[in-house]
Amino acid sequence: MDIETLVSNFKDKDEKAFEELYNMYSDSMLGIIYNIVRSHDIAEEVMQDVFIKAWNNATSYDSSKGRFFTWLLNISRNAAIDKTRSKAYKDTGKNLNSDYFVDILENNESLDSKTDAIGIKKYVKVLEEKCKKIIEYLYFKGFTQKETSEELDIPIGTIKTRNRNCIKQLRTMLVEQ
Amino acid sequence: MNINEYIESGVLELYVAGQLSEPENREVYQLIQKHPEIRREVIEIESAVVRLTKSVAPQSSRNLFILIKERLNLGDKGGKVVSIEKTKYNWLTFVGWAAAILLGLGLLWTVNQNNQLETKVSNITIEKNFLETQLEDTKTDLADSKEVLNAIRDKDIITIPLGGQGNFENTYARVYWNKKDNTIYLDAQGLPEAPAGKVYQVWSLKLNPLTPTSLGTVDDFNEVENRIFEITNKNESEAFGITLEPEGGSEAPTMEQLYTLGAVSQP
Repeated sequence: MDIETLVSNFKDKDEKAFEELYNMYSDSMLGIIYNIVRSHDIAEEVMQDVFIKAWNNATSYDSSKGRFFTWLLNISRNAAIDKTRSKAYKDTGKNLNSDYFVDILENNESLDSKTDAIGIKKYVKVLEEKCKKIIEYLYFKGFTQKETSEELDIPIGTIKTRNRNCIKQLRTMLVEQ
Repeated sequence: MNINEYIESGVLELYVAGQLSEPENREVYQLIQKHPEIRREVIEIESAVVRLTKSVAPQSSRNLFILIKERLNLGDKGGKVVSIEKTKYNWLTFVGWAAAILLGLGLLWTVNQNNQLETKVSNITIEKNFLETQLEDTKTDLADSKEVLNAIRDKDIITIPLGGQGNFENTYARVYWNKKDNTIYLDAQGLPEAPAGKVYQVWSLKLNPLTPTSLGTVDDFNEVENRIFEITNKNESEAFGITLEPEGGSEAPTMEQLYTLGAVSQP
């Protein structure tokens, strides 16, 4: 079954399709959310909320407006950012960090048991510094092109092609794995 | 519309990131329906981003999906109303129930088989996407190799074998020099990986008096699998040498780290 059929079944409230989409994307969403909230428990909680939200609002997803993955990505980023603004989160004493996803890969020992992470860690290390940041801003943090260009101090017109090159590097690395 | 240019513009990467405006999103969506190349590209970008983001996820010991299903009240566990009224059953009722249960079991088994097959198909689809990416890469590699082969088959090419020197006598390299277009192709298969913090530097040499001119450092040595490097050389070289230098290269060759050397045989 291709992703389009799966998503359309999901919109028809097919639980099997829901589970399959969950298996495809839940870890990614957990990664996105964890990168923002930096707490395992909170990240798991937010991720569950995201999928519950997705199920309850399944009919509002419109494939002509973007990929299903992108839809989930948006919900996840927003939910995670909302969480960091909540009082409960602030009470945990966590600061909104300025670290990158790369730091999680490099510093978090518990990731080492995940096979994919080990491979990716090795390759992400050799990504150019600018690439790590562009990917962080555009995908993990959801910055606009304008915000990304300001943050990196590079012209907005070059974001598109620069990001393409970075993702290309990443794809080549993943294929070599 | 030039599809390649469109793909290369980077708009699809922003599409997956969710950074396009609504009209732009619609445009991409329509193009995906029309052009399988664009669709494939989007799927590949997405799968790279999925794998990258996944790699950052902390490992979870709990099955969170079960919790989600519980919260949504999904799954087969609805409360049943059981009648406590006593009824008389005759043998027909029992046979009927038995038949119904058998049929039910049969159906469950079929559904289960079907689900398993569906999972298999979706796994195979994902696998296929990866294989397609690999195929693309192999094609690119092949094209590169053909290009190199054509280049070194050119009739204007001079071949200069570089032999191992001193401690490095087991190493070797070969230079293919096309004087016409001022290019050398360095085949450095016979050199070991450059250690961290070091790079190979290629030198063009004049022999009388001995004058080395740097042709630059090979920074991507360890990454290029076929170890063939295209280097510009406008010098009237009489020999070529390769030394190992600190990152960034050196002004003059470090002779103790001279790996290979070979003279151009004069016609």
